[in-house]
Amino acid sequence: MSERETMEYDVIVVGAGPAGLSFAIRLKQLKPAVTVCVIEKASTIGAQILSGAVIEPQPLDALLPGWRDNPPPICIAAGEDEFWLLSKTGGRKLPVPPGMHNRGNFIVSLGAMCAWLAPQAEALGVDVFPGFAAAESIFNEDGSVAGVRIGDMGVAKDGTHKPGYTQGIDIKAKVTVLAEGARGHLSKQLIKRFELDRDSDPQGYSIGIKELWQVPAGRVTPGKIVHSFGWPADNHTYGGSFLYHLDKDRIALGYVSGLDYSDPNYQPWEAFQQWKNHPMVKSLLEGGTVLSAGARAIVTGGYQSLPNVEMPGALLIGDTAGLLNVPKIKGTHQAIKSGMLAAEHLAVNLDPAGFDAKLRSSDVMAELKKVRNIKPAFKKGLWFGMLNAAWETVTNGASPWTLKNKADWSSLHKLGESEEPKRDYVQRDLAPRDRLAGVYFAATEHDEDQPVHLRVADTTICVTQCAEEYGNPCTRFCPASVYEIVDDAAGKRLQINAANCVHCKTCDIKDPYQIIDWVTPEGGSGPNYQNL
Amino acid sequence: MKILVGYKRVVDYNVRIQVKPDGTGVVTDGVKLSANPFDDIALEEALRLREKGVAEEVVLVGIGPADLTPHLRNGLAMGANRAIHVVTAETVQPLTAARVFLKLIEKEQPGLVILGKQAIDDDANQTGQMLAALWDRPQATFASKVEIADGKVTVTREVDAGLEVIEADLPAVITSDLRLNEPRFIKLPDIMKAKSKPIDSIEFASLGVESNDHLKTTHYAAPAKRSKGVMVKDAAELVAALKQKGLL
Repeated sequence: MSERETMEYDVIVVGAGPAGLSFAIRLKQLKPAVTVCVIEKASTIGAQILSGAVIEPQPLDALLPGWRDNPPPICIAAGEDEFWLLSKTGGRKLPVPPGMHNRGNFIVSLGAMCAWLAPQAEALGVDVFPGFAAAESIFNEDGSVAGVRIGDMGVAKDGTHKPGYTQGIDIKAKVTVLAEGARGHLSKQLIKRFELDRDSDPQGYSIGIKELWQVPAGRVTPGKIVHSFGWPADNHTYGGSFLYHLDKDRIALGYVSGLDYSDPNYQPWEAFQQWKNHPMVKSLLEGGTVLSAGARAIVTGGYQSLPNVEMPGALLIGDTAGLLNVPKIKGTHQAIKSGMLAAEHLAVNLDPAGFDAKLRSSDVMAELKKVRNIKPAFKKGLWFGMLNAAWETVTNGASPWTLKNKADWSSLHKLGESEEPKRDYVQRDLAPRDRLAGVYFAATEHDEDQPVHLRVADTTICVTQCAEEYGNPCTRFCPASVYEIVDDAAGKRLQINAANCVHCKTCDIKDPYQIIDWVTPEGGSGPNYQNL
Repeated sequence: MKILVGYKRVVDYNVRIQVKPDGTGVVTDGVKLSANPFDDIALEEALRLREKGVAEEVVLVGIGPADLTPHLRNGLAMGANRAIHVVTAETVQPLTAARVFLKLIEKEQPGLVILGKQAIDDDANQTGQMLAALWDRPQATFASKVEIADGKVTVTREVDAGLEVIEADLPAVITSDLRLNEPRFIKLPDIMKAKSKPIDSIEFASLGVESNDHLKTTHYAAPAKRSKGVMVKDAAELVAALKQKGLL
């Protein structure tokens, strides 16, 4: 066995999203001599980024003055805002809540924006490496984080080495910056190892499912932003939609479901499709075609769930820390700001110590504090949530209390434990027909002959305890039909169609026994989103 | 021996191709572009020949716009020694590409040229054959096995009837088929090394190659959608349905 190859940098960034790239750019602006690399599991930058996305431009103005003269490929000035409460067949237009006014903001494709940011980082001397997955953290003898180990390439399903086997190298760095997005898999391990969440509530998540449509000419008002809540969600399920009018007769649309839902039969993907078939939405899409589709978990725990963001040798930024602002449904500005803040901190002496305090005293945290009680109150029902949101908004979050967050997986009811809402879903006829047809639009690709990257610790539970208690919710919450219970000659068993996986992380979050572990597949595998 | 390898950039094979609404082409904005998979196979074969000691140098040739460079760097990271970038913003048709290669052959004097059998965008499958004719040297297309000894190359070709083994004198043109080899994974340290490997940029216009287009594309269209099927209960109903359609 030959010695594992090693590369050394001052700083390694895991994940080429808005947080990681902004961090790298800012650090190079401040300290050109510091060596920085960014590794990204997607085959190309932006291919596994999925967001609405309406962004606040101020952090970008601070990071890249003059960016407006050379904007990202999809960048449309926000126009009219609309906010709707939907019923099954109609809807009522409501006043737009204060946090959701978008004047001065921009509608972008966050994927395309990251593909636009990466060359700007490279121009400053950052090495950006797409197609390489950070499979594990590596540690120094004193226990501090020493960098990451890149996953091996060319390993067969049974763990043996295929002819092209290439051992992953170690990248060692003085500081490792985790910018993996919601539920980052290295972050998850490091939070546990260093007990970073000892003093915070469990993290909370939602799942966002998105499609990009090309619609017949004349239907689109570029810049128009429409959000809705109500149907198809019941009063106790946190759910809402976004619909953004782009240029060139394109519409970006999606549906977000809180992963704290309790009905074990709930299907986030089906809820999205039901919403698309609401008369108001359907009339826009009919006759059009899907250009691209995908799904991604969103971090929604906010202020009270924010873990300690520093540890010896490493720190957390952006959504993997948990900085998204839920009522605004925006995280990009927070990701960029936290990335810049981390760069300014490390520029002093490349020491993570003190970054947590710095972040907590910044306006990134002040913004989260103001809205900390809004999302948790929706657990008590839609109307209570709305009233509470109004109160928290009027008082600017001055309530002397902070509502608690619970782990999402713990909120799932057992079958028959309580009466679940009846879903009077409609017969739908817009594409895609089912989840498998939807996965096709994600252009997801995994070599079938590689180890399954969704590790289930004990699959006997699936057909015994879970089948009885929850009826295998994994077969319903996964937006890509990865999990299937098959019944064949060998008896009932769980089949994991790992090649369909779009890396959304929902299973890792929502599985009620917490035995599903999402790990990185071979570098370059996974969805290949276009302009999501 | 020196080996010249063609390296074309195409829309990645994972991308769902979309025709532009006005039918003038396919959408490439925000779309992942990669090396033509057959060209990666061609490069891998050249690298293996070098590793066997049959060749000393592997030179990549790319024809395309200025932003082709990162793709050539990938080929250099796989292991090519250097690259030649013929810079043009125009789409290059097979005959023009063959003429460009001929010009470069005159300059480089390679012992072997390996190209992909076809590019997955236009599926033309012509450049290798045209180049062999222009150069007046042997060609061995659809190669699934290549062996070189004593100034001759023995190539196993995948043909309709099975496998055909031919022998040709060098220099020659070989085009790679899918089963020739499986291209290697790129290693991170090699990406760093590739940054310092030379890429010669040559303006297309400076080569004096005729580029009058021989083919004219009138329009692009997506395949027609299949209409919905009908379920029939039994054979009798099927026969009746076929008769109704006038097919029986």
